[in-house]
Amino acid sequence: MATTLTINGKTHQVDLPDDVPLLWVLRDEVGLTGTKFGCGVAACGACTVHINGEAVRSCQTPLSDVDGPVTTIEGVGTPESLATIQQAWIENQVAQCGYCQSGQIMQAASLLAENSAPTDADIDDAMQGNLCRCGTYPRIRAAIHDAATKLKEA
Amino acid sequence: MGIGKILRRTFLIGSAAIVGGVAFGAYYVTRPAANPLKPRDGEAALNPFVMIDQNGVTLFAPRAEMGQGVKTSWAALIAEELDVDLEQVNVLHGPAAAAYYNSAFLSDGLPGKGYDKSEFQHNLGEALGVIGKSLSLHGTGGSTSMKDGFIRMREAGASARETIKQAAAERLGVDRSQLKTEAGHVIAPDGTTIPYAELAEATATLDPVEAELRDPSEWRYLGRSQPRLDMVGKSTGTAEFAIDVRLPGMKFATVRRNPKLGGGMKSFDDSGAKSMPGVEKIVDIGDGIAVIGTNTWLVIQAAEAVEIKWEDAPYPPTTDAIFAKIAKAFDGSPNSTMRDDGDVEAAIEGATEITADYTAPYLAHSTMEPMTAAAQLGSNGLQVWTGTQMPLFAQMRAASVAGLESEQVEINTTYLGGGFGRRLELDFVEVAVKVAMAVPGTPVLTTWSREEDMRHDYFRPGAMARLRGAVKGGKAVLIDGHVAAQSPVQQAVERITGMAGGGPDKVLVEGFFNQPYAIPNYRMSGYVADVKLPVGFWRSVGNSYNGFFHETFMDELAHAAGRDPLAFRLEHARDEWDVAARCLEKVRDMSGWTGKTPDGVGRGVAMTYSFGTPVAQVIEVVDENGTIRINKAWIACDMGLAIDPHVVKAQMFGGMMYGLSAACFGEITFDGGEVEQWNFPDYDALRMHTAPQVEVEVLETNRFMGGAGEPGTPPSMPALGNALFDLTGNRARTLPLSHTFDLLI
Repeated sequence: MATTLTINGKTHQVDLPDDVPLLWVLRDEVGLTGTKFGCGVAACGACTVHINGEAVRSCQTPLSDVDGPVTTIEGVGTPESLATIQQAWIENQVAQCGYCQSGQIMQAASLLAENSAPTDADIDDAMQGNLCRCGTYPRIRAAIHDAATKLKEA
Repeated sequence: MGIGKILRRTFLIGSAAIVGGVAFGAYYVTRPAANPLKPRDGEAALNPFVMIDQNGVTLFAPRAEMGQGVKTSWAALIAEELDVDLEQVNVLHGPAAAAYYNSAFLSDGLPGKGYDKSEFQHNLGEALGVIGKSLSLHGTGGSTSMKDGFIRMREAGASARETIKQAAAERLGVDRSQLKTEAGHVIAPDGTTIPYAELAEATATLDPVEAELRDPSEWRYLGRSQPRLDMVGKSTGTAEFAIDVRLPGMKFATVRRNPKLGGGMKSFDDSGAKSMPGVEKIVDIGDGIAVIGTNTWLVIQAAEAVEIKWEDAPYPPTTDAIFAKIAKAFDGSPNSTMRDDGDVEAAIEGATEITADYTAPYLAHSTMEPMTAAAQLGSNGLQVWTGTQMPLFAQMRAASVAGLESEQVEINTTYLGGGFGRRLELDFVEVAVKVAMAVPGTPVLTTWSREEDMRHDYFRPGAMARLRGAVKGGKAVLIDGHVAAQSPVQQAVERITGMAGGGPDKVLVEGFFNQPYAIPNYRMSGYVADVKLPVGFWRSVGNSYNGFFHETFMDELAHAAGRDPLAFRLEHARDEWDVAARCLEKVRDMSGWTGKTPDGVGRGVAMTYSFGTPVAQVIEVVDENGTIRINKAWIACDMGLAIDPHVVKAQMFGGMMYGLSAACFGEITFDGGEVEQWNFPDYDALRMHTAPQVEVEVLETNRFMGGAGEPGTPPSMPALGNALFDLTGNRARTLPLSHTFDLLI
């Protein structure tokens, strides 16, 4: 049965069983590989995307539960047209292996949408579901604070 | 893209050298390895690391970028002499090639403690490194990249620059010495500039010109932090990992192998799984099955639905039985006694003796990107796309699995979603090749589930230590260590060559026998445990458990001597190696160490010398209503020249975090021969809210360049354990610490 999805502002028809998680629709069907597979059990946050503007773990969101427009890391900004949060990530030289960073950025973007000046405790609360094995946390924290400042100035 | 074509057309040449590598000999060792880059008309491959054409300059950084910034640092070494701006050049990994051998792999394996080596021993190591070319040691690991590339890559850049200048000199009718270079241009005496790209064709006809290296005072890149070349890609989801490779007509696969590791498959029934949605083919791969289909998630569901009867594992079925077998190794004779100073058997009058037994668990690497590789078997050969730390070994393994010659296999190395030593192994390449062979002509991406990844690792071996020490007059006078563990080195030799590895294993005892403390009676004996469980190279390898044993025991000795643990270490380090002593002094000053802490606060210190670099860490823990949180950390390290200080600091913190995560929560246990941990909820790591605040200082007084990627890991575990002892008075001699303490999760 074909399902219609709006992803990063574009409409996509996908023909997959409705229990297939959004993650695997994005990666293997639509070809948007920026959203990563880490655990498949919502324990690492690498697959974080936005549905209706809210951060969700796409590995635990079956196609049938996608009830609004989806935004992935590719919809946030591109190398040619970076979003403010991505600029903050680059200026703080956050990434190491980089595999978790799409999910980190999506989670942080959702935090900043709700809270324009998060404290360290707010960041701890919002980001603790996003695992990084390289240990980039201090720079993620700094980049979120920087992005908050930049967004306020904009 | 011209370069892609060049690489495809020329992998034959790069690989021919590997075939020659089997015929090992002095002539072959000293002969330059073939340049794997074969330029077309109008392109000049000045050496295996620099290519110019009409469109510009391409640098080759054939080291695995797994987060340590090597792509940028390696390119900076070349660019420093070549006079190009990093943002104006293209940097590629390049093919698997003998020319890309790692010259530092072997020199680090030489006997000796390391920190006390002479110029002669250092030079011997450098000279021996060339053998790496004949052993197919194109690889990344062992914290070697900057040691390896520091001179060679600057020479590659300098030679390329002078050759380009020679072409310009001939065109302009002037002497080469009258020309200058800047930002990818040759500057003529009258000030006119010629872009390197314009000189590509003329340069291609010249023999390479040798050149002197610049004085460090002239450096623009080295010793300074550079914006990482992979940062924009990794901040926009556009950096390509193996799991992101997409090719026309690509299928998706997953694998399910015997969870009793090393056991075979008796039989399987795929009658139910075959008809599940998205499934196209189910393949017998020997010790398990692979499912090929249209979607990774659908094939994972089907793989779980296949009914499989497994053979038993070749090792004892439970953790307790495995450790009992490790303990048995103490009954035999030691595999090595790499340090035996003084007389550890003689009684020391007036000394206080202590003994203690320690254990460290098996650990998984747990990279964020699970094991993944894509492969396509064509009529002319095999293509593989993967994140590997060992491209030439991967090429040979892929060839042998597919029944091809190595030169028929092309390895395309992507970014690695974490390495930590896991991607030195070849199992994920082998599986992907078997899958591709089942559907010739079709590209297939084989992705392991997290569960399959965690339960089929080459684990950090579990280890046991029996330690004896003595103090007298406030000083350590004896340390006698006995450590038993499986040998990843012996296993790896067997996996790669098919012959059992033997001989004294330095890696088994590193981080204990070679610690820079002046203790008059100092012995370390290593015992190889005969357990047939797959083990491998986990960030810092033997140092990862020996660091915990040695530095926790040093704390015990300090307390037995009634001394402050930092002052105690410092005294013993000062008498042995001033570089290590300075790291201890630095963390003392950074942390404002007084040896006293308020109620509810504990501090611990540890120092480990590994991969040429001493690292001292102080860790502070706080008790918050009965739950303990790691609050702060201070790190001081000294690897001599730090090529990129930002990268070094990130590696030091990251190395510490990797160790702290394991120290807090990490253990792989066995029941029924199967790993009991399945996914991150069973094998967690530190997260944003549990990570300490940190300060890192990079000293640069070490005479010889040390590594950065691993040395941050070993001291983290004992520093945390020592802090918990300071807080609670409870000495944990077993990891993980969550078994003993109520740690914040």
